[in-house]
Amino acid sequence: MSAVYETVQAQPEVETVVPPAQPVPVKMTMTKPKFELQEKLADGLRWIIPPMLGILAFIALWALVAQETENLPGPLKTWESAKLLFSDPFYNKGPNDQGIGWNILYSLYRVGIGFGLAALVGIPLGFMIGRFKFLAAMTAPIISLLRPVSPLAWLPIGLLVLHKAEPASIWVIYISSIWPMILNTAVGVRQVPQDYLNVARVLNLSEWKVFTRILFPAVLPHVLTGVRLAIGIAWLVIVAAEMLTGGVGIGFWVWDEWNNLNVEHIIIAIFVVGIIGLLLEQGLIWIAKRFSYE
Amino acid sequence: MEKFVHLDHVDVKFSTKKGVYHALSDINLSIDQGQFFTLIGHSGCGKSTLLNIIAGLQDATEGAALCEGREIKGPGPERAVVFQNHSLLPWLTCYDNIYLGVERVFGAKEGKAKLKQRTLAALDLVGLSHAEQKRPNEISGGMKQRVGIARALAMEPKILLMDEPFGALDALTRAHLQDELMKIVAATNSTVVMVTHDVDEAVLLSDRIVMLTNGPAATIGEILTVDLAKPRDRLALANDPHYHHIRSRVLEFLYQRQMRPVAA
Repeated sequence: MSAVYETVQAQPEVETVVPPAQPVPVKMTMTKPKFELQEKLADGLRWIIPPMLGILAFIALWALVAQETENLPGPLKTWESAKLLFSDPFYNKGPNDQGIGWNILYSLYRVGIGFGLAALVGIPLGFMIGRFKFLAAMTAPIISLLRPVSPLAWLPIGLLVLHKAEPASIWVIYISSIWPMILNTAVGVRQVPQDYLNVARVLNLSEWKVFTRILFPAVLPHVLTGVRLAIGIAWLVIVAAEMLTGGVGIGFWVWDEWNNLNVEHIIIAIFVVGIIGLLLEQGLIWIAKRFSYE
Repeated sequence: MEKFVHLDHVDVKFSTKKGVYHALSDINLSIDQGQFFTLIGHSGCGKSTLLNIIAGLQDATEGAALCEGREIKGPGPERAVVFQNHSLLPWLTCYDNIYLGVERVFGAKEGKAKLKQRTLAALDLVGLSHAEQKRPNEISGGMKQRVGIARALAMEPKILLMDEPFGALDALTRAHLQDELMKIVAATNSTVVMVTHDVDEAVLLSDRIVMLTNGPAATIGEILTVDLAKPRDRLALANDPHYHHIRSRVLEFLYQRQMRPVAA
């Protein structure tokens, strides 16, 4: 306010007021890029410091606990073991001794099949449940009853019906990852704004156009949320399922290393499972962002 | 002039959790072709419900709603609606939003080139040719509403139904769009029914102002004929005694005879 007032006051006076005003913007433009760089650097530091501190604190705590506990390897020992392990991830010495890379790929393969089948069935079913109240009422009791069942409780049924361990573990992935996809899709369909459906009615669009132009784009973010939740569950469950069914896979590998009392490898497996879970989730968040229209 | 839309003893009742709500009672209304009707009344009086009956989005509980002598059964592109909150599909560009309606109405008998031409003409009519490939979230509220109007007009409807189309806009944008709407309506000789709660807007645009009494069981209190010469100019009208006379008739109805309900 006062600055404006001063310049207004200064105008009718002699020109001497103008020259001192000039250096100021020049100085400003000179400092600005430097300032921006500093700002960016500070921003970056502010962004990176807290997580780094957290990780360091975690490793320190781990080292401390490891020092006090017999048999629990510390961070350094685990790191050395990991370097050795990942130096040859794809060796193959028979069905019970394969590289960590094969174990991860087998687990991902099972998750992919089970999860893919669940998406193939769950998403269309979710659409129908969301669209038709009758179907929603019909399926509601079954879904509410089966959804909270622990995934591993399905394993005996899978073994009984499918006779083999491999399809049984895929079955467990399928049945535990289908619920979030059904439910989120159905909720998404039910939450399509009435305005959009009114537009469809006024334009008198065909059922196919309603689906491709209104329903599907409107529901897609919900579907992707369901998919994200489902893949998280699938990845959680595969480790437990493989521990029980055996074969090549990260879960069985953990169990095998437990029998060998190779605790370093168990800790490495925990990190591997965590990192892959994180990557799967981030990948889907990235996809969801690409398809969001907001 | 033939009676284009005809409402005969229309009653609307909603069944709610608290029992039956009597929204509209004994509505009798005839709309001629080429006329601009506004529906005005306090909020909650059923203006939008009345519009929705003509649109076919809402069924009358009793009485008959006719369009061109036939009963209105469900919505259709010959009765285009401009929604209050524009209702553009956010994942489609302005062009595609309009094209969706054009394709539905004319797709069966016209080629792609002609459909494209119609869509572009509609965008041009509302002065938005430059925003053709923009999505609704990339343009302002006034522009969105103009796309909504273009979408409705592109279908060449027999009647244009507008539900508080400018209600969510700032005063300057609203005035600008009102002027544009007047030009478009004059150029296309459209039949329009518009819901509004803005007295100035009603007087400026209308041939007839339909004033509704307060709900529940709202009905038409009075139909006022606005016999101001067209084209109208808002600046000239500001000093026109007849304009002020009509305006005060509406105000009198709304604030003396139909006192504002306490809840609103």
